[in-house]
Amino acid sequence: MSHDKTMNLTLHVWRQKGPKDPGKFEVYDAKDVSPDQSFLEMLDEVNEDLIKAGKDPIAFDHDCREGICGMCSQVINGMAHGGQDRTTVCQLHMRMFKDGDTIYIEPWRARAFPVIKDLVVDRIALDTIIQAGGYTSAHTGGIADGNAILVPKPEAEYAMDAAECIGCGACVAGCPNGSAMLFTSAKVSQLAVLPQGQAEAARRVKEMTETLQECGFGNCTNHYECQAACPKGINVKFIAKLNREYLKSLF
Amino acid sequence: MILDGKCPTGPIEKTWDKHRFDMKLVNPSNKRKYKILVVGTGLAGGAAAASLGELGYNVEAFCYQDSPRRAHSIAAQGGINAAKNYPNDGDSIYRLFYDTIKGGDFRAREADVWRLAQVSNNIIDQCVAQGVPFARDYAGYLDNRSFGGAQVSRTFYARGQTGQQLLLGAYSALARQIKAGTVKMFPRTEMLDLIVVDGEAKGITVRDMVTGEIRSHVGDAVVLCTGGYVNVFYLSTNAMGCSVTAAWKAHRKGAFFANPCYTQIHPTCIPQHGDKQSKLTLMSESLRNDGRCWAPKKKGEKRGPNEIPEEERDYYLERKYPSFGNLAPRDIASRAAKEQCDDDRGVGPGGRGVYLDFADSIKRLGEDTIRERYGNLFEMYEKITDENGYKVPMRIYPAPHYSMGGLWVDYNCESNVPGLFVLGEANFSVHGANRLGASALMQGLADGYFVIPYTIANYLAKTAPGKVKADNPECKKSVDDVNNNMKKLISINGKKTVSEFHRELGKIMWENVGMARSDQSCKEALKKIPVLREEFWKNVKVSGSGAQFNQDLENAGRVADFLEFAELLTRDALYRNESCGGHFRVEHQMPDGEAKRDDENFCHAAAWEFKGANAEPELHIEPLKFENVHLAIRSYK
Ligand SMILES: Cc1cc2nc3c(=O)[nH]c(=O)nc-3n(C[C@H](O)[C@H](O)[C@H](O)COP(=O)(O)OP(=O)(O)OC[C@H]3O[C@@H](n4cnc5c(N)ncnc54)[C@H](O)[C@@H]3O)c2cc1C
Ligand code: FES
Repeated sequence: MSHDKTMNLTLHVWRQKGPKDPGKFEVYDAKDVSPDQSFLEMLDEVNEDLIKAGKDPIAFDHDCREGICGMCSQVINGMAHGGQDRTTVCQLHMRMFKDGDTIYIEPWRARAFPVIKDLVVDRIALDTIIQAGGYTSAHTGGIADGNAILVPKPEAEYAMDAAECIGCGACVAGCPNGSAMLFTSAKVSQLAVLPQGQAEAARRVKEMTETLQECGFGNCTNHYECQAACPKGINVKFIAKLNREYLKSLF
Repeated sequence: MILDGKCPTGPIEKTWDKHRFDMKLVNPSNKRKYKILVVGTGLAGGAAAASLGELGYNVEAFCYQDSPRRAHSIAAQGGINAAKNYPNDGDSIYRLFYDTIKGGDFRAREADVWRLAQVSNNIIDQCVAQGVPFARDYAGYLDNRSFGGAQVSRTFYARGQTGQQLLLGAYSALARQIKAGTVKMFPRTEMLDLIVVDGEAKGITVRDMVTGEIRSHVGDAVVLCTGGYVNVFYLSTNAMGCSVTAAWKAHRKGAFFANPCYTQIHPTCIPQHGDKQSKLTLMSESLRNDGRCWAPKKKGEKRGPNEIPEEERDYYLERKYPSFGNLAPRDIASRAAKEQCDDDRGVGPGGRGVYLDFADSIKRLGEDTIRERYGNLFEMYEKITDENGYKVPMRIYPAPHYSMGGLWVDYNCESNVPGLFVLGEANFSVHGANRLGASALMQGLADGYFVIPYTIANYLAKTAPGKVKADNPECKKSVDDVNNNMKKLISINGKKTVSEFHRELGKIMWENVGMARSDQSCKEALKKIPVLREEFWKNVKVSGSGAQFNQDLENAGRVADFLEFAELLTRDALYRNESCGGHFRVEHQMPDGEAKRDDENFCHAAAWEFKGANAEPELHIEPLKFENVHLAIRSYK
């Protein structure tokens, strides 16, 4: 519900002109912030002031602002998406902060995600991983009735748990190795558990994991930071599933 | 001009099959010689690009996000309709067709709607094959739920993330084609002009949003799948980047815009909390399956919801519409909520809200069942409002959500500009004056997977591939125009920000052309919009330069287009001197406040032709004929 008290905050924001330019933190004041505002709305206000002052506004990715498109991507006080459980930056609300707080805002940092500008990074590598095999090769048309393939409820739920991934890349940003293992394993697991995906399971896991390495992502060494950072709560059990699927594919 | 929708004739259930046979085909070995530009990769564009690529066409696809997986289709929560009749509750293609025509308040073309209902079943099969994890029952069969405007259970869903899962299905099919080399994907690329050569659509001009480069792409046909325009109201359930720009640029190049005043205000959104808000959040209409809408009976009620006894609550939807109850269609449910608030019985900040109460369902089914069905929605609600919907009734208020109007297309989804096809929310075709829940996902995928692959061939077979080359003077002219427009925006260097203009425009639109419209309010808006537009071009402040990543500039271009489009929307609302579906003219209502149509004078689509930014557009009419559904007063009582 609405709170009347507004707050004043100090922001340290990573500013970087382009991929090859050096970046640094700049300090901004965020004034009269309402606790009901979202984090991005707070940044909108800061940007409005910058624009009016003839300065370059802070670039950050966002679109749906509903926590589902996966576009928003900021490390806040050292934590991808700000560290609130199962929450994207765009769903983070200012009531999580208090008057006088200092907030550090940085882009995703990973070798595979070069900075485009300020807080905006290039995540095309995640698409490349999906292109390597994150699909069933179903043709458009000429398909049997949906109920011709029975999927027991537990399998359907398991697939859905994995499929909830929004592809934001927080798992990569949160991982000390910059690994995209959680992201990849979610897609591999979703399709491996469904009858529709099983015909191509072996090839899929091989090609996706190979591409993962080619794209410059690091290895998984079981830190589980990815699961902690994931705004959709994707479970590391899918990484174990990927490993099993990988072993299966060798035989 | 009287427009021809080119609908096939004969018994309606045979129209699509007959038409498919009558259309021309492109020989398999010739397909790769044709280049198709698909703008937008949401459900409609993603499905189209993947299917056309798979057929062997040479496809280039564009979107403004950093990945096609992020189109706003991703935000759809509730579900997708199909006439499978799995629950054996009396559904059929005919019933889905009938419900959609009636839901749209008899303002859509029968043949298009029939085709939609017919292919709806293929969509489910297609998605299942792609690995979309639809909800299943314990025996492994597909599960269904109910949505507004229907008395059968025909909605398929994947938790509260159906749009996400369907989009990821289309995205994966697209990924497969990108890998195969049939589709070349251009993310972070915004279309800013349509290139028309000798009267036919042959290319687009885009801005690379990373480098700022403006360049043209030529092709043999252009398919626009760029979504809806309700961000004209500033606050809406759409994503921040959703705009009318692509459609508007096409309109400026000759494509007719049909029924722009048909906008949908969704009843179950989280109420606004303050004026610094950037968007409104929808909660799926599926909540109305188990939630009951009510407002206090007493005016100016001060007690909290749980302190108001049962007999002092007005379950207004159940009272007014006993047979559909809480599942009355959206336009009706939205207006009913507004009525309660206008009557000083609204709740929450500013009295702009009504309750959506789950207490009864929780008592009946248990909190766990409700959590299983809508857990993510309750979570989202709590994040935004800091309230627990399991314990206290949710507060909801209507918000702009969907655009039924769009670029005019014929039965082939082709606009009046040959070679320009328009799919999904961007076209005007099947929803008439009001869209039923779970029908937009169905339309996007129907258009993309099962309509355009056939109908585009009929056009391409009549044109030689590669007719227009990149050095065509129209391309250079278009690039110059776009460049000049960018320069102009930056050079103004005024005092007001782009968002300030957008907010002001939104306020004009919401107050005058929102949920209720009148002759007077439309005229008021028609006075104010041009003044605001003029001020924009004199006093807007856009930072940075065009030759760089510049979100302020992107936004400025979109708002500039909304400032022109808003006037057309309003003009259409003024012209349509009747109430129908989501278009409610206060002068035309039944004694009980329901929308009153005027079939004698307005049983047609109104398609507008651009005549200049400050000139009156020309009206063209496509009469609507109802041969299979009896034109009747819509009743949900
Ligand atoms: C919150 C919400 C919930 C919804 N829930 C449901 C539901 O439960 N059931 C249902 O049936 N419908 C629902 N809808 C409606 C439905 O989701 C949309 O109508 C539908 O997904 C639109 O699909 P589309 O492919 O036409 O457009 P979109 O998915 O919006 O895609 C538009 C595409 O065009 C691109 N684009 C736009 N402009 C440009 C440009 N100038 N240059 C380049 N690219 C451009 C974008 O990048 C994007 O790829 C919901 C809508 C919202 C907003
Ligand atoms: S903006 Fe879409 S998830 Fe945050």
